[in-house]
Amino acid sequence: MNQVKQKLKGFMQHKEAWAVIGILIVLLFNVFFSPKFFQISFNNGHLYGSIIDVLNRGSSLVIVSLGMCLVIATRGVDISVGSVSAVGAMVAVFLLKSAGMAAAPAILCGLLAGLACGVWNGFLVAKLNIQPMIATLILMTVGRGIAQIISGGQILTINSKAYAFLGRGYVFGIPFPTIIMILVTLGVWLLTRKTSLGTSIEAVGINETSARYAGISTTQILWIVYIICGLLAALSGMIESANVSSADGNNNGLLLELDAILAVVLGGTSMDGGKFYLAGTVIGALFIQTLTTTIYTFGVPAETIMVVKALVVIFVVLLSTDRVKNAFAKLTERKKAGVENAG
Amino acid sequence: MRETPTVKKGDVVLSMRHIAKYFPGVKALDDVQLDLRAGEVHALMGENGAGKSTLIKVMTGVYERTSGTVTLHGQDINPKTPQEAQDLGISTVYQEVNLCPNLSVAENVYIGRQPMRFGQIDWHRMNADAVKLLESLDIHVDVTKTLDSYSVSVQQMIAIARAVDMSAGVLILDEPTSSLDSNEVAQLFAIIRHLRDQNMAILFVTHFMDQVYAISDRITVLRNGRYIGEYLAKDLPELDLVTKMIGQKFVDANTQAHRPSKDYSTVRFVRMEDISKRGLVHDFSMAVRAGEVLGLAGLLGSGRTEVAELLFGVTHFDDGVIYVGNDEVKRMNPRKALADQLGYCSEDRKVSGIVGDLSIRENIMLSLQAKKGLRRIPLKKQQEVAQKYIDLLDIKTPSMEKKIGDLSGGNQQKVLLARWLATDPKLLILDEPTRGIDINTKREIENLIVKLSRQGMAIIFISSEYEEMVRTCDRIIVLRDRHAVGELTDNQISQDNIMKVIAGGVAQ
Ligand SMILES: Nc1ncnc2c1ncn2[C@@H]1O[C@H](COP(=O)(O)OP(=O)(O)OP(=O)(O)O)[C@@H](O)[C@H]1O
Ligand SMILES: [Mg+2]
Repeated sequence: MNQVKQKLKGFMQHKEAWAVIGILIVLLFNVFFSPKFFQISFNNGHLYGSIIDVLNRGSSLVIVSLGMCLVIATRGVDISVGSVSAVGAMVAVFLLKSAGMAAAPAILCGLLAGLACGVWNGFLVAKLNIQPMIATLILMTVGRGIAQIISGGQILTINSKAYAFLGRGYVFGIPFPTIIMILVTLGVWLLTRKTSLGTSIEAVGINETSARYAGISTTQILWIVYIICGLLAALSGMIESANVSSADGNNNGLLLELDAILAVVLGGTSMDGGKFYLAGTVIGALFIQTLTTTIYTFGVPAETIMVVKALVVIFVVLLSTDRVKNAFAKLTERKKAGVENAG
Repeated sequence: MRETPTVKKGDVVLSMRHIAKYFPGVKALDDVQLDLRAGEVHALMGENGAGKSTLIKVMTGVYERTSGTVTLHGQDINPKTPQEAQDLGISTVYQEVNLCPNLSVAENVYIGRQPMRFGQIDWHRMNADAVKLLESLDIHVDVTKTLDSYSVSVQQMIAIARAVDMSAGVLILDEPTSSLDSNEVAQLFAIIRHLRDQNMAILFVTHFMDQVYAISDRITVLRNGRYIGEYLAKDLPELDLVTKMIGQKFVDANTQAHRPSKDYSTVRFVRMEDISKRGLVHDFSMAVRAGEVLGLAGLLGSGRTEVAELLFGVTHFDDGVIYVGNDEVKRMNPRKALADQLGYCSEDRKVSGIVGDLSIRENIMLSLQAKKGLRRIPLKKQQEVAQKYIDLLDIKTPSMEKKIGDLSGGNQQKVLLARWLATDPKLLILDEPTRGIDINTKREIENLIVKLSRQGMAIIFISSEYEEMVRTCDRIIVLRDRHAVGELTDNQISQDNIMKVIAGGVAQ
């Protein structure tokens, strides 16, 4: 009994705990009310089922959130990711449609567009010292305009099989977006945790002055995270657009920045920067997707999702305030004391 | 603010009994007691990490105590926040100044208790009151400027002024003098004596022995989180005090750091020629050779730190030339300085030193890793290096994976020293490296500095403590009003001469 308690306490020490609990709650809900949720079938060499769906549809959010996580770790935020994802998608689709480019180079150009956006954001934040929220606000509004200009204000549709594969393909029965997600997660993890980059990012987020005095190039670090974030936003935008074989400058990636921020914060990374949690971010993003898919399974109108998300946000914000944290700590402490007295 | 009951000199005002405070893995305090009496100055003494700051934080509600009682005027109290303690009449200046850097000086002094007029802050009166208060402590600043436009020492004095102004009955000062120079210390002591004569109970923490004996009536000693005893200052000779603090016979209170031999190379490793930066430094030149310890002496604000920051490229000079080796450097920055094998242990450990949420190991490795670039130093190697310096500098911690922010002030300072030693620099700039470090370790660090210079390192040493400079430096450049006014070498080096040159005289 005591051991269980110890374990539980140990688990709650992890920053990722809340995201895991969130997912578990939603899954538990499904166990009772929608057991079908857990069915996985194998048809035509493809895996099907709600779980697979979550991993498939959630991939693009996971990918953006990873970029967002690094930005937030430096004590910044990138609210342009939604727009950048639209720009990335639009560039790729436009080149496929109007310039007759093949899928691979078009995707590469989409990525380059994301990179350019990241360079721009990085320039404003790292070089000009503009507050991240304001700096990325520029691209958030201008980005959609750029996408509109490229498409001439139209929604562009295409029928490139190769491009569609990015969003709808399967490899070994596994959805291709899921595979990309796994590769990106692995890549970001290797890049930050197997090099010194991760610690430098955290140092910049915790105390930029100390980091600079210690000889870390804070400009370079900031630039790197905004570039990674831009790249990943564009990638995620292309996955989404490939899934529906079209690009819509107005609506692609709408409010994506909010979901991404929510995923990061749920995953245990603080908006105040510093220590960041990649696994937590992935779980946080998947939690949001599980929630969405569950609600859809019940045929509830889409607007309800917003309400539920709002509730989750309130819950998370409350949990992360010191007052609630302390109350929580006291509660567990008192219980422990009670147990000891009884025993 | 509530009325303080009338007290007679010598009455116990505040009393702590059987105080324990446990952190995960650390018993910071274990069965500690403390009595503060009206009209007395009480010194709380102990090595780095002994538990002094923790005891104060327990008393004032920053930390919740694990067990024990605190009574104020005979009544049990249990403040949950510093504000609550303040309302009870316990006014505190914590070891790390925690005012708001981007508010004005006046706002900082009156934050939370601004004078109001017609439901609005009465700015005019607030600024006027602030000026009056600060002038009475001989602090002359523009109270409408933001706090961060002033040096650490001025900020420290402002924090003290705020606490003194609010104090009712009990005043707690945790290492208030660590960043002050002797004039300011004298100022502060005058205020403390004045408050003592008004029957205030005052608790004072410092690592300077002379200050302890200059001001305190009674001394409580802690060691490793345990209570060792309470003594009358006049009954406890310094040697006994130190012995009680460190728990063994203190062998040689006055070990001189060995003055280095004069065989340092003639190669000037770094030269600054006619370096100027408007408003900060004027026409400063110097050269430092491998194997020598060059001191920069002067009052606070004389330009010592500014020279260091220009050399390391934290700020950029307008005019002049810097040579590193034979290369002229047009524009220095910390990253380049690091690559050129310079190191700079800065003055303000909280603002420009520690990275609070990272571990001790990560903090020690920070600069070495930055120098190595993206390729991560293998964990095993990191642990080796960290352990080496934890042992060498006697950093007190249960594990190198602890957050540096949870270490005691002096131990944080040691970690920063370790960070730069780990990069194995050719020139190490040390700005107040022993600030907040206990007497025993201080001597060890002085010896280490001399030893490193003997092995060929060039060292620039900045300190407000002339005694320390005299013990370690081969040569001292004295600054006043942002430029060099004199240089002392060999047997000219003495505290007297430093002060003479500062005062505008000539050394003999
Ligand atoms: N928030 C905390 N979490 C964990 N351990 C802590 C925390 N604060 C202090 N400690 C530990 O408690 C012990 C006592 O620290 P404290 O800051 O009281 O020392 P101190 O006597 O003030 O030392 P110094 O002279 O260096 O300021 C140290 O071992 C320190 O690491
Ligand atoms: Mg302390």
